[in-house]
Amino acid sequence: MGKVIVVTSGKGGVGKTTSSAALGAALAQGGDKVVVVDFDVGLRNLDLVMGAERRVVYDLVNVIQGEAKLTQALIRDKRVETLYLLPASQTRDKENLTAKGVEAVIGALKVNFDWVICDSPAGIESGATLAMRHADIAIVVTNPEVSSVRDSDRIIGLLDSKTVKAENGEHMEKHLLLTRYDPARAERGDMLKVDDVLEILSIPLLGIIPESMDVLRASNIGSPVTLADQGSAPAVAYFDAVRRLKGEALPVSVPGEKRGFFGKFFGRKAA
Amino acid sequence: MKLLRLFSRPRSAPAARERLQVLLAHERASNAGDSDLLGKLRDEILRAISKHMQIDDDKVSVRMERGAQVSTLAVDIEVPFDVGKKAA
Repeated sequence: MGKVIVVTSGKGGVGKTTSSAALGAALAQGGDKVVVVDFDVGLRNLDLVMGAERRVVYDLVNVIQGEAKLTQALIRDKRVETLYLLPASQTRDKENLTAKGVEAVIGALKVNFDWVICDSPAGIESGATLAMRHADIAIVVTNPEVSSVRDSDRIIGLLDSKTVKAENGEHMEKHLLLTRYDPARAERGDMLKVDDVLEILSIPLLGIIPESMDVLRASNIGSPVTLADQGSAPAVAYFDAVRRLKGEALPVSVPGEKRGFFGKFFGRKAA
Repeated sequence: MKLLRLFSRPRSAPAARERLQVLLAHERASNAGDSDLLGKLRDEILRAISKHMQIDDDKVSVRMERGAQVSTLAVDIEVPFDVGKKAA
């Protein structure tokens, strides 16, 4: 049985879709079978970020409405053969995304994939709550910036109350993914510190993704950043995040932070 | 090292521009009411076939590729040998 991950944030534009594509690709590059599901009905973009926008035949709503089989709607990545995309509908209303339908689709995907990654829409409306509903693990994407941290706190509250796991009284596994981290601004003291964000949100840190041109480049050419440039700083950060997600105790290093000989050994403890 | 990488790579903005132009041309056409031709063809081909045989959804694969000049639609259907007996 595969694991269901929701990539969520509350706030828009913090890097949910970029991170869903990069984490999904990184897991698939390691040989795992991965499907990334776009829940942003009406404003899909995961297809574009993954470079599959011209190949969308059917979508999540078609599957839920019984107009297409799940296997027909899945788009296999051209570069990594264990990576699949289930696109959101661009034209249908959000109301077509029913709780029952989503449950059935996630249930079927779990059987066939090692990882089901749900890319949540921004906001706290039904699209976002449906994306998180069946998750085993939540990745909360946050920028080191006040409004993003506030919205993440709100989302963490929803993860602890509106998910199936929470309703069953189980613990919802949550991880913080700090994105668009700018070492230069941090150096100047103009950005919230990693420790500040961690203290406020008090969930374990999965990784820190530096603000980078490589992320923009990757989306321009329609490739997850871990595929576009495997050696780039954001790609390395995503690969490391995936190793932590799989249980490895890999210390998190803050981008740009100079660390001495001892610092390397006594680095920040990972999740 | 990093500088070298920067200069050796082709610029990505032209690729972004071209991808968006093709995608938006197709999306605007479908939002203007006349659902995109490719989607229409797909639905009508499947409907025509289902008149003559029971279509097993698992035996049908539909692939599309929307391009700037040319789009392609590939409908792959496994037709069972005893198709006459199964006609709906």
